[in-house]
Amino acid sequence: MKSTLKRAGYGKVQRQMNDVFIQFTSRIIFLIVLLFAAKLFMDGHYAPGSGFVGGLLIASAIILLLMAFDFQTVRKMIPINFHIMISAGLSIVLLVPTLLFLFGKPFFTHQHTYINLPIFGEVALHTAVPFDFGVLLTVAGTSLLIVSLVGGQED
Amino acid sequence: MALIHLAIFLPVIAAILIAIVYRYVKDVHLGWFALIVPAAIAAYLFTLIPTVSNDGPLHYTLNLMPRIGMNFDVYIDGLGLLFAILISGIGTLVVLYSIGYLSKSERLGNFYVYLLIFMTAMLGVVLSDNVLMLYFFWELTSISSFLLIAFWYKKDKSIYGAQKSLLITFFGGFMMLGGFIVLYIITGTLSIREMIANVDLVIDSNLAPLAVVLVLLGAFTKSAQFPFYIWLPDAMEAPTPVSAYLHSATMVKAGLYLVARFTPVFAFSELWVWLILLVGLFTLLWASFNAVKQDDLKGVLAFSTVSQLGLIMSLLGAGGLAVNSGANESIFTVAVVAAVFHIINHATFKGALFMIAGILDHETGTRSIRKLGGLLTIMPITFTMTIITALSMAGLPPFNGFLSKELFLEAMFELSNANFSVLADWSVLFPILAIVGSIFTFVYSIKLIHGVFLGDRTHETPKEPHEAPALMLISPIILSALVVIFGLFPNILSQTIIDPAAMSILATDTQLNTEISHWHGFNNPALWATIAIVVVGLALYLFRHSWMFIYDYHKEQFTLNYLYDQGLIYSQLGSKKATDGVMTGFLRDYMVYIFGFFVVFGIITTFFTGLPIDFDNYSEIGIQDVVLVIIILISLFIIMMTRSRMVSIIMLGAIGYSMALFFAFFRAPDLALTQLAIETVTTTLFLVCFYHLPKKSKHEEAVGFKFTNFMISVGVGAIVILFGLAAYSNRLFESISKYHIENVYELAAGGNMVNVILVDFRGYDTLFETLVFGIAGIGIYALMKAKVKGKDDDNEEHA
Repeated sequence: MKSTLKRAGYGKVQRQMNDVFIQFTSRIIFLIVLLFAAKLFMDGHYAPGSGFVGGLLIASAIILLLMAFDFQTVRKMIPINFHIMISAGLSIVLLVPTLLFLFGKPFFTHQHTYINLPIFGEVALHTAVPFDFGVLLTVAGTSLLIVSLVGGQED
Repeated sequence: MALIHLAIFLPVIAAILIAIVYRYVKDVHLGWFALIVPAAIAAYLFTLIPTVSNDGPLHYTLNLMPRIGMNFDVYIDGLGLLFAILISGIGTLVVLYSIGYLSKSERLGNFYVYLLIFMTAMLGVVLSDNVLMLYFFWELTSISSFLLIAFWYKKDKSIYGAQKSLLITFFGGFMMLGGFIVLYIITGTLSIREMIANVDLVIDSNLAPLAVVLVLLGAFTKSAQFPFYIWLPDAMEAPTPVSAYLHSATMVKAGLYLVARFTPVFAFSELWVWLILLVGLFTLLWASFNAVKQDDLKGVLAFSTVSQLGLIMSLLGAGGLAVNSGANESIFTVAVVAAVFHIINHATFKGALFMIAGILDHETGTRSIRKLGGLLTIMPITFTMTIITALSMAGLPPFNGFLSKELFLEAMFELSNANFSVLADWSVLFPILAIVGSIFTFVYSIKLIHGVFLGDRTHETPKEPHEAPALMLISPIILSALVVIFGLFPNILSQTIIDPAAMSILATDTQLNTEISHWHGFNNPALWATIAIVVVGLALYLFRHSWMFIYDYHKEQFTLNYLYDQGLIYSQLGSKKATDGVMTGFLRDYMVYIFGFFVVFGIITTFFTGLPIDFDNYSEIGIQDVVLVIIILISLFIIMMTRSRMVSIIMLGAIGYSMALFFAFFRAPDLALTQLAIETVTTTLFLVCFYHLPKKSKHEEAVGFKFTNFMISVGVGAIVILFGLAAYSNRLFESISKYHIENVYELAAGGNMVNVILVDFRGYDTLFETLVFGIAGIGIYALMKAKVKGKDDDNEEHA
């Protein structure tokens, strides 16, 4: 945090300010936010939530880490290349409607069935889920790419 | 999804696979992998020939978006099948040739991907029944042709030629789309078959001439007819396999296909028939005249292609008369048969000639006829092939060009005798134009043979010439063999391929039972015309130096190329001037334009229509709403007054979170969640951006500047409030949410209406917005990297 403020142009930062506190808590909060993002994503079709919010929350979680640590450390912690995230997201978003062709229905008609799993009981399988997942990847990837670029990523 | 849909999309799917393969396999020439695709498609199409010629056309549908009528309907009749076989068959030979022509150091991955995309697009054009899909594939052929012409993009001429071809063919394609829309307005359908069935509607409509002109613009630009032919000679900058494939055998024939396909719809119109006949004949003459003076091998072949396309176009024009003239039917049927036959023949001999030109270029290092000569002994196989194909082009027996040229001359003579329209007195011109054009065709064919192979060896060639390797020779040998075979045994083709195609053009079911014979009798004027052509042509060639001076008599300003170039330069200058006046480079100015116009527009609307605001329907305002509004107002006040950037950002964040609370109060949890998440991310972005902003300057803006900002801001705020209130007071339509509420569970199996709308009901919208998001990310990446690189360059210069 201190380093972030210093880079933001604040010459005088409180001496007592320590990064330890935020570095400790951010790792826990990161996990909680990530779980919440996953919950929001999976819940989308029946309760508030969707791919967009999920993606943004994932981005927020990683941004929290970026605030606490510097970019190289976060890169080591989460070795995901954001470009690949965006490409994967866009490919899924384009592939899902095209593959729906194979069911013989007009372009982009979603299909759904219900299957029975041992512990969970009756579960719905809907093609909107992979589509939303693609949206999630793209949104998260783009937000993180922009933040890391503007934040001075050396890559 | 039928097998034929797979056949059409196979090249594109293969292109993706081939691009991946190219990354890993570098020692095998990529062409071998690409070869499988057109070969497989050609094999499949050959199996369809008996079905189509015996049972009639096949029809398959694939529903894409039935609600707006955009379906991928495939209609395989004789005409479509003929073209599809040409595309895939010649495609196979061209890919085989390119394996020998292009070395492994070229960007083979790009080349074969573009070529395969072109193959899909062209197959889509000729097999599609839906006019919108036809237009889509048509423009896709223009794009892939552009990419292929500019393949060696380091050369300026390639870029110039590619741009020229794109501009001209896009213009034509757009006009063609307009013609299709007019047809849709007249007939109410987007399917070509149904348009043919409803031809009475077209006959009665007074929009028909407009449709005729627009569709013909598309056909003439793509098939390089006068005056749009100027892109084809410049397209010769492409690698030779591309010239042999696109610019002689397939893509330029798309215009001919369009004319043939729409003949049943438009043939009643005299405008159609006359335009095509005259443009075709004039192109034949003009282009063959210009071909004789060309020095570049490919230049001669380019103009020759334009001229031969004019020939086929004029035959299709004559054939149009067969559709409704009734009495003299058999005469014009001959024209259609001749047209189809010449399409096949031209593909064989012109494709072979282009490949031969490529062989000569590859082996001697030059394409200039002046520098070539006396290669007869060194390249005997190439010489034999040139004799076969060039004499076929000139129209001599026993090659296939002779047969179709005879039919062409016969058709022109019949036209001069027939009495079919107001301008029938001028019809005596047709055989004259045809014969003169054929004379020049003969002259340049002889020039090709004599200038390159006969005579003395010039020693000006850059490389020491020798015969081409076997790989490059196979394809032209096959094509030359076809020239001979079709010349000697034309009836292999006549009942199997030519007749079904001619029948689809004429839209009849009666079998034609064509038989093409070599000898038409001594009375036939076409025979004497051919003899005259040979005699006069030889004379012209032998005494060529005495009359070729007329080629130098042309002023620079009167050429079409000059018109095109000047038009391009002046339109660019003009638009730059207009844009520079408005785009000052300051974001604030653009905002003033946009919002100022919005305010003015709002005031004018209010003035003319009034704002009926009715306060009865409004919901209750609770104490929590008032508190939130006060918080927002305090934050705004602090932002305006403070001098610290950090405080401004935090207050902006406060406003954002208050909005989220508002959404929560108005029972929109999805919106509230999204607003919270976005606010967090953008506040972070602002904080991080701080690093790059310059220090706050002491510069105070002028009072006028601040006053304008104030007026516009207040104006926009007031207008939005007033319009919002007015819109809420007068509900003209029922809310669309009713449909969503009723159907969200049955149709979409979901409970959360907002998400279901995003992903299912309006999923197409989300698809494109995600794409936009991704593009924005990539764009920002590119901008940031470019800026960083620019900075480094500056530092290096000063250091």
